[in-house]
Amino acid sequence: MSKNAILYAVILIFGLSSPFIFPAFKVQLSILCVLIILATTWNIQGGEMGYNTFGNILFYGLGMYLCASVQVGMFFPLAEWTESGGEKTFVHTPSQFFQGMAVGLLVAAIIPTIVAGLIGYSILGLRGHYFAICTLGLGVAAGEISGGIEIIGAGQGFTTPPFPNVGGLEARGEFFYFLSFGALVLTFIAVRAIYSTRFKLILNAIRDNEDKAEAMGIETMKYKIIGWMVSAFFCGLAGGIMGGLVGYIDSTDVAFDGREMGVFMVLMAILGGKGTLWGPIIGATVFHIFKEGFWTFFLGWQYVALGVLIVVIVIYFPEGIMGWLREKYPERFGEVVDEADRKAQVELK
Amino acid sequence: MDFMVFQYPMITVQACLDGLLLGILFALIAYGMALQWGVMNIINIAQGDLVILGGYIAYFMYLYGIHPAWGVIVSPIIMYFIGVGIYKLVINKVVDRDLFISILATFGISILFMQLMNFAFGADVVLANSGYGTTMLFDNNVTLPNSKIFSAFVSIIFAICLVIYMKKSKLGRAIRATAQNARAAKILGVDTEKVYAATFGINAALCGVAGALISITFTIHPYMGLPYTIRSFMIVIVAGLGNLPGVAMSGMGLGVFEEFADYILGTEFRIGSVFLLLVLILVYRRFKLSRKREYLK
Repeated sequence: MSKNAILYAVILIFGLSSPFIFPAFKVQLSILCVLIILATTWNIQGGEMGYNTFGNILFYGLGMYLCASVQVGMFFPLAEWTESGGEKTFVHTPSQFFQGMAVGLLVAAIIPTIVAGLIGYSILGLRGHYFAICTLGLGVAAGEISGGIEIIGAGQGFTTPPFPNVGGLEARGEFFYFLSFGALVLTFIAVRAIYSTRFKLILNAIRDNEDKAEAMGIETMKYKIIGWMVSAFFCGLAGGIMGGLVGYIDSTDVAFDGREMGVFMVLMAILGGKGTLWGPIIGATVFHIFKEGFWTFFLGWQYVALGVLIVVIVIYFPEGIMGWLREKYPERFGEVVDEADRKAQVELK
Repeated sequence: MDFMVFQYPMITVQACLDGLLLGILFALIAYGMALQWGVMNIINIAQGDLVILGGYIAYFMYLYGIHPAWGVIVSPIIMYFIGVGIYKLVINKVVDRDLFISILATFGISILFMQLMNFAFGADVVLANSGYGTTMLFDNNVTLPNSKIFSAFVSIIFAICLVIYMKKSKLGRAIRATAQNARAAKILGVDTEKVYAATFGINAALCGVAGALISITFTIHPYMGLPYTIRSFMIVIVAGLGNLPGVAMSGMGLGVFEEFADYILGTEFRIGSVFLLLVLILVYRRFKLSRKREYLK
């Protein structure tokens, strides 16, 4: 317990001080927080529940559009904003900006949750690869359809309100960093709390054998929907923050970006280790560092690298970093190992 | 929303004919999908990208002054070897594993191909002009490019050839045996590894044919692959594995649906409506099966 408390304190202190230690990387650190949120919430489906979804990008994009639309629509006519390209005609005062952001983030978190609850019953009845392909279709359909809606900018995109002119040059980066870090802490606390209850055991039962879980008297559908709604809540929140951070929303390249973010979250969770609390966090951090390095030094080849990376990780490293550590040091994970048995197994191989 | 399509019967005829001819192409791609799904139990997300790659082969022949219709012969031959290469490098490691692994691995291949094609051929929308002209029907009210008729004709010929090949040849029988029971086939002396490689190669070759035809009839673009994958997946789940007439029918049905969606909703919602239809079909099947307390497997 005390060991864990020290670990959390160190991470918290590091998280709170890092924008001042690395002032040049504030945006990158904010994006890292968002990536960790996405990977952690994907893990609720893919890792714990065994439902490999490509569709969480739907909630992410939805949250992004909702947050920006609310932020603009509270004070100015939305249609004129998108038509004029935003910032040129209307200017948010600081109080308007922060009020709009607060309400926007709330809406961005709640509406996707409701959407997940509504579509959950139909979608989560599918199993295995049908579920995967169906959610893939859902994400791409959302991107294509939102790209045709005029009021949110259609094909030419949607400029989110620019940060007001308060608190000097560093204020924008610090605001978004602490916003995303706060969201990350919230996510981590919530997910950790969830993983210490019976709910997690039910999710694992669904993953291991859904029919048996149902035969044991668990209302699997209810828990699957709740699990999806939890994911949707935090994905929407992350999307809202990311929209403000990027400053520009495009339907298929930023919001419903199944080719980037939608795959990233799956990849990060698998890289770190599915079905563990820390796996997605480690995976997201490693992936983000790798990605930024590659994106900077080999610009243009990033998708080639991404494609190769996906294939390599999926084929040769499906258990992830945490899985590998667990294999290597089972004692650290609280597993009792019979040495003789282990040796016998090694010999068998 | 534009309901002109219902007020002028000629537009309806046009949409139906376009859709049917387009659907035959979809059915050809879907047949490849059904083949690999049935035999190797993998879902290939890179299917659409193989189609586009096949299209670029025909387009390149066009650029170098060869008539692109020859791409129908050349493209499947090249694509067969590319398919076997992909099998040897990646697919043979995911055949026995979880289906999700195959989905994710082929998703990686799809991203890789997209970007490599973008580097090699540029991000422009291109088409290989066949110069076949157009046919006018019903007092010039319905225009039908001859290239579309040509492509439908070629697809049907290829499909028939493949069906006969699968029925009669030794490899075809081996493929069907492996699809029924891979272990039993192995015991009876079928080299399943070879069969898998050949199946993936044949699938890629079919994609090559379809791609060459698409580059003649429509346009190709490096990032256009995924909709073709989704279409073929949809056709296969509607028709069922190993049901060739069903694949042809549902392919044509999808083509007609798309043309009407194009007219009624507008071109910007065309791809979106395809993906939405996939979701609706899956949800419909899920409710239909859940009445019997079953689920899609």
